[in-house]
Amino acid sequence: MALSPTATPTLPAIGEAAIEFNNVRLGFHEGEILRGITFSAQERETVILLGETGTGKTLLLKLASGLLRPDSGSIRVLGNDISGIPESQLLGIRREIGFVFQEGALFDSLTVGENVAYRLHEDGVDPDEIEPRVSEVLRFVELAHTFDLLPSELSGGMRRRVAIARALVTRPPIVLYDSPTAGLDPITSQTIISLILRLRDVYGVTSLLATHRLQDGFALANFHFDPRSKKVRRDSSPESSRAAPTRFLVLRAGKIYFEGSPDELMKSQDPYLQRFLI
Amino acid sequence: MEVLQDLAKTNVLKVQNYSKLSLQSITNIARGPRYMQDTLDQMDIIGVGSLPIVLLSGFFIGAVMVLQTGAQFIRFGQASLTGDIVSLALVRELGPSITGLLVAGRCSSGIASELGSMLVTEQVDAMRAMGTDPSRKLVTPRVLATLITLPLLTTISVFVGLLGGMVASVLSLRINATTFWERAIKILEFSDIMQGFMKTVVFAFIIATVGCYQGLNVRGGTQGVGRATTQAVVVASVLIIVSDTFLTKIALYLADKLF
Repeated sequence: MALSPTATPTLPAIGEAAIEFNNVRLGFHEGEILRGITFSAQERETVILLGETGTGKTLLLKLASGLLRPDSGSIRVLGNDISGIPESQLLGIRREIGFVFQEGALFDSLTVGENVAYRLHEDGVDPDEIEPRVSEVLRFVELAHTFDLLPSELSGGMRRRVAIARALVTRPPIVLYDSPTAGLDPITSQTIISLILRLRDVYGVTSLLATHRLQDGFALANFHFDPRSKKVRRDSSPESSRAAPTRFLVLRAGKIYFEGSPDELMKSQDPYLQRFLI
Repeated sequence: MEVLQDLAKTNVLKVQNYSKLSLQSITNIARGPRYMQDTLDQMDIIGVGSLPIVLLSGFFIGAVMVLQTGAQFIRFGQASLTGDIVSLALVRELGPSITGLLVAGRCSSGIASELGSMLVTEQVDAMRAMGTDPSRKLVTPRVLATLITLPLLTTISVFVGLLGGMVASVLSLRINATTFWERAIKILEFSDIMQGFMKTVVFAFIIATVGCYQGLNVRGGTQGVGRATTQAVVVASVLIIVSDTFLTKIALYLADKLF
């Protein structure tokens, strides 16, 4: 596996739905949280789940990875209906999904290298192959020097980057990001977003990104990573948008309040959406 | 009335989930993947880690039993019976139950706090998200490790308890060490050893599964972890004491019928 930004992996075809939610409902003791969510994310598309805290963004990601089961409705991931299948079958499907948790959720008793290598060990990858692959992804997130450190020795931003490295070590076609920039300073947030950009533009992953920061979504829509110059540059041309489409999905009170392109969101005169734009 | 119904439902659900987790921890052994290294690590933490407290308490329990029973036997001129009584009590009852309670206090709480912390920091979800079944990776190794190490710890505890008893007999009751040891060994029958062994296996299962269940069902962040830790020790200890009564009755019945 080559993870350097100059690599040219085979990208999945555009047009097929990688994730499909159909009238999904989910509730807890305190009442219904998600009320009839229907949307899909096409292959290589980035869907930004925008919403205030408590609108169900994280729940939606957990549903997409099968960590939670919907009360009703169906969820399809890479063509498999995951809403009703047993946990044992779900474990196999989850191997096709990378999940970056809000706080990283790194195993605190394992070193950074062991955290990143975890999935490779689980998959029974040849031990000789593991270290080079782990070093490669750690170089990709610019944290090669942290290999032997424990998560407690890293800063918040570094922990998120290790979590991204851990999620991409097996090159999953889908990556789910749960508020990857929450609680980080603007510079570190920018580093994380450019990392997500590189991952999208180099490997063509399909992403769901939950955030309450509009600027994260616009950065993903308007900036692209150029593998030749190895630089992130502003590019909102139709060609770039077609190659790595970005769509916004605004959640409000457990429902999809808005679904559309960054342009449509910018032009919207809706008072609620305007609050995000200020 | 509704409150009582809710309470009953919640408790039945807890018992159901605990039974499911316990059963799963055993059925996981039959099918892969198996986590041998994790099991060995847990054997080190649970078995080797508990050794000092087991040795220390075992020795003094044996000694104090001799002091307590010896004083009574001397009144009837039967001081030599002390070895018999101490041996039977340690093998059948005190060895398994005291070791069980000590390991419950040390390991049920440890397991509950470790798994609880992993749960609240989303490490368990991360594990599931990476295609790992937490019951295989976290529960089964701990159950297996406790099932293997507790009988060994109990055996060591009983042996050290007899040594403590022997030292107390020699120093306090002036009983010959060889006499004490000979009587202590001779009185034991196969059924006594089986009774003790049967108890340690059940106690080990209780210690590990209660710790895992409490840890994996933490609610309410770090405060919840503290609650689960306390709960694990309390529940495991009470279950050990209650099950001990029934196990003793079963063991005595079986000894009567089979041996």
